[in-house]
Amino acid sequence: MNPFSSGTRLRDMIRAIRACKTAAEERAVVRKECAAIRAAISENDQDYRHRNLAKLMFIHMLGYPTHFGQMECLKLIASADFPEKRIGYLGLMLLLDERQEVLMLVTNSLKQDLNHSNQYIVGLALCALGNICSAEMARDLAPEVERLLQSRDPNIKKKAALCSIRIIRKVPDLAENFMGPASALLKEKHHGVLIAGVQLCTDLCKASTEALQYLRKNCTDGSIRILRDVSNSPYAPEYDISGITDPFLHIRVLKLMRMFGQGDADASEYMNDILAQVATKTESNKNAGNAILYECVETIMGIEATSGLRVLAINILGRFLSNRDNNIRYVALNMLMKAVAVDAQAVQRHRSTILECVKDSDASIRKRALELVYLLVNETNVKPLTKELVDYLEVSEQDFKGDLTAKICSIIEKYSPDKLWYIDQMLKVLSEAGNYVKDDVWHALIVVVSNASDLQGYTVRSLYRAFQTSLEQETLVRVAVWCIGEYGEMLVNNVGVLDGEEPITVTESDAVDVVEAALKHHSSDITTRAMSLIALLKLSSRFPPITERIREIITLEKGSLLLELQQRSIEFHAIIQKHQNIKSSLLERMPVLDESTYVKKKVGSSDGTLSANKTSQRATSGTSVNIPNGVGKQPAAPLADLLDLSSDDAPVSSSSATDFLNDLLGVDLTSQSSSGVVSTGNADILMDLLSIGTSPVQNDLLSPDISSTHNHISSVAASEKIPPVSSTPSTVKGVALETKSPQAHAPLPVLDLLDGLSNMSFSDENLLFPSITAFQSSGLKMTFSFTKQPEKPQVTQIKATFTNLSSNMYTDFLFQAAVPKFVQLHLDPASSNILPASGNGSITQSLSLTNTQHGQKALAMRFRIAYKVNNQDMLEQGQVNNFPPGL
Amino acid sequence: MIRFILLQNRQGKTRLAKYYVPLEESEKHKVEYEVHRLVVNRDPKFTNFVEFRTHKVIYRRYAGLFFSLCVDITDNELAYLECIHLFVEILDHFFSNVCELDLVFNFHKVYLILDEFILAGELQETSKRAIIERMGELEKQE
Repeated sequence: MNPFSSGTRLRDMIRAIRACKTAAEERAVVRKECAAIRAAISENDQDYRHRNLAKLMFIHMLGYPTHFGQMECLKLIASADFPEKRIGYLGLMLLLDERQEVLMLVTNSLKQDLNHSNQYIVGLALCALGNICSAEMARDLAPEVERLLQSRDPNIKKKAALCSIRIIRKVPDLAENFMGPASALLKEKHHGVLIAGVQLCTDLCKASTEALQYLRKNCTDGSIRILRDVSNSPYAPEYDISGITDPFLHIRVLKLMRMFGQGDADASEYMNDILAQVATKTESNKNAGNAILYECVETIMGIEATSGLRVLAINILGRFLSNRDNNIRYVALNMLMKAVAVDAQAVQRHRSTILECVKDSDASIRKRALELVYLLVNETNVKPLTKELVDYLEVSEQDFKGDLTAKICSIIEKYSPDKLWYIDQMLKVLSEAGNYVKDDVWHALIVVVSNASDLQGYTVRSLYRAFQTSLEQETLVRVAVWCIGEYGEMLVNNVGVLDGEEPITVTESDAVDVVEAALKHHSSDITTRAMSLIALLKLSSRFPPITERIREIITLEKGSLLLELQQRSIEFHAIIQKHQNIKSSLLERMPVLDESTYVKKKVGSSDGTLSANKTSQRATSGTSVNIPNGVGKQPAAPLADLLDLSSDDAPVSSSSATDFLNDLLGVDLTSQSSSGVVSTGNADILMDLLSIGTSPVQNDLLSPDISSTHNHISSVAASEKIPPVSSTPSTVKGVALETKSPQAHAPLPVLDLLDGLSNMSFSDENLLFPSITAFQSSGLKMTFSFTKQPEKPQVTQIKATFTNLSSNMYTDFLFQAAVPKFVQLHLDPASSNILPASGNGSITQSLSLTNTQHGQKALAMRFRIAYKVNNQDMLEQGQVNNFPPGL
Repeated sequence: MIRFILLQNRQGKTRLAKYYVPLEESEKHKVEYEVHRLVVNRDPKFTNFVEFRTHKVIYRRYAGLFFSLCVDITDNELAYLECIHLFVEILDHFFSNVCELDLVFNFHKVYLILDEFILAGELQETSKRAIIERMGELEKQE
């Protein structure tokens, strides 16, 4: 005999495995056992096949692979011996399932065993078939099972009935074959047969309407009788569960009656009496009784019951709700949810109890109760219910706040009787759980506020108050910042005070404080900060006296590592500083947002997100294509990106581009460019740039994001390839820029935006070229000194020094430069924007020029210098053409 | 219907796992792991019902053993709770004062009892005595 196959007994193997201290030890034992079993299998060992399969089942339960034992099951099943068959079938059910091909091999053995004279063997086969049969086996063996339904042995009958359930679940077409035998089962006395028969009838009703009609006609009385018998049955110890005879049979037959009664008034009417009896007489102090009551209620709700019966049912659920057992309350809430559809009024009576369940410590009860409350809300009770929920929001657990907030917001949006109430409630939610509020909710709030002109003052003041205590709630902060930006003067001037509103005194500076706090708060994300910057910009036009302070706050973000914020900061700074004339019209209040459009948008919001993503992808690819063209190798990569992208910005529309260029270069165009046109064009571009921030309503209601920026820029980039219209080249020639490229003007507008970027200091070493006086007027002198590193001949670093020759101080000093297309320019921030009088100090600024056609073409530069003398705007401009040769 | 029945101890060792729906072996292990995680640390004051994927698990703890039934979302939770208790009573009768070790060393018997109690994911017999007697008859056949 094989030394392995003698092996250990099952009990010893289990002991050995249990004795293992570590997983590795256990694996070793299992490996050894498996090796022995495999050896036995390959030797076709008969004596220990039985024991080996039992071992394999244990090993399988531990989670080890045992597929090599599958064929052993088949061999054992084929054996004539009962114990071998028994373990074989057990192994079959554990180690295999309906999807394995091997299973097909067992069909024949099953067929033989189903026809076996020994009822225990038939039982084994039925059990295996019921647990793992596939559709194919179901078709093959259905006739055998059908025949066994008529067997005299109740054990066979009940097994065959359950087996039939499996068969019709796999192959619903077979349902009709089973209708007749199934209805006969309901006349049995044996509980096991009854329960299996009732279940079979229920499944037949689900599988086929024909079966449903047949059984409804033939078995409604039978099912009522079963229920009556079992519920009136005297004490039966065999089936007794806490004083009730066979609650399982009760429940199954109630379920079957539900199938019959659903949508059938006649069948339902027959059931009324017995259902009323079960609903009133069943003991409700034990779980078993409650299980029956619960099923009974579900049946009453499911059939065409009388209204009296329904009230009875809902009252049972009401009793359940006040039960101390969580399980009972849970099922009551579940059922009430279904009951709302049938009789909302009856459920409303239990509203306060349900509301208490929202505050339960068990999460599953809370969740159910909340969903139920949500279903119960209507116009008449929305106010008290919302109040309860909002109050509870304060003390609710963190992980429940998300669900709760979503539901409250939904209730408020759906049922608000008036806008004031809506705004009040939303503000409460935002201050309490703003971090859980979804974007579309606060967007909707802004749309509503924008439309409620009489409430804007009130809203902004309320938000101002709420902000003081709830700075951590992101969405509250966003709404507050937006409203203060739009309606800041209403906050300060107490416009539109409502009756009973507490008076409040807010100075302009206080309002700016709020936005500043939002901008600087550690929890504010990029969207909030971006919104804060816009709000500040808007306030700069609402509150002229503190513009300077606002400008300073905006300037702080110039160094932000986030491109979006940096760009805003720089652009907004430029607007405040240099475009006073257009600022007020630019920063007018947002036009009223269209509620109906918003609602539509919200419905199709999923599409919107998708297309936005697409746009941003497209924009990104556009960007990368452009980089080689630009100054991509500069250390400040995002800036380079920005610069390059923006340089494509210019030709967006030929007229504005030209005008802007004219403006910048100070060209006296002989023809159309009057100063009026200049400023319009100028404003157009600024408007364009600003649209990133101020009108994203079209894109993504007030959550300005980078994708929209890209979107804008990419649309511009698309037109880049089209050569500007004829007026542009002439302009360029007119200013005698030494270039043949019609796009030479392209980098110009960006300078406007990039007047103050990162610091870069240069050493004065390697001074190979003499300094020049690049420009001199009566009041201002600009000198350039040059540095060049030998290894990079095309790069010239210029240090520009500005000296004030007049006796007045210059403020808001700003130097801008433009170069031909073959030159790349990088402008560092100026050392200051204040130039003291009479040469008592100077401003220095570094420029880096890269001449891509070094050696072939000489450098050229146009510049513009803007400053203020006694608050009077001054402008100097010109061309530098005395660069030393060789740059 | 019952999707599967699990009997696990507090450490998560599976003592019985019966599936009435086909699942991959790896999926079964995942299910066993997840169900154990769901029930083992649940506050005893909470409901005995836990939502599990698209179904729900009805579980009950007896000493260190968790009996979990995964059933359809529309099934009667209270009835299955009673069903678990009945199964435990049957085991208790059969092993006279059942303990975890009985279930370990006689795991195949536990499966055989279960096969007399539940079939095709549906209840087969509600009488304790009938099941115990049936088990006796089957033993005699061996």
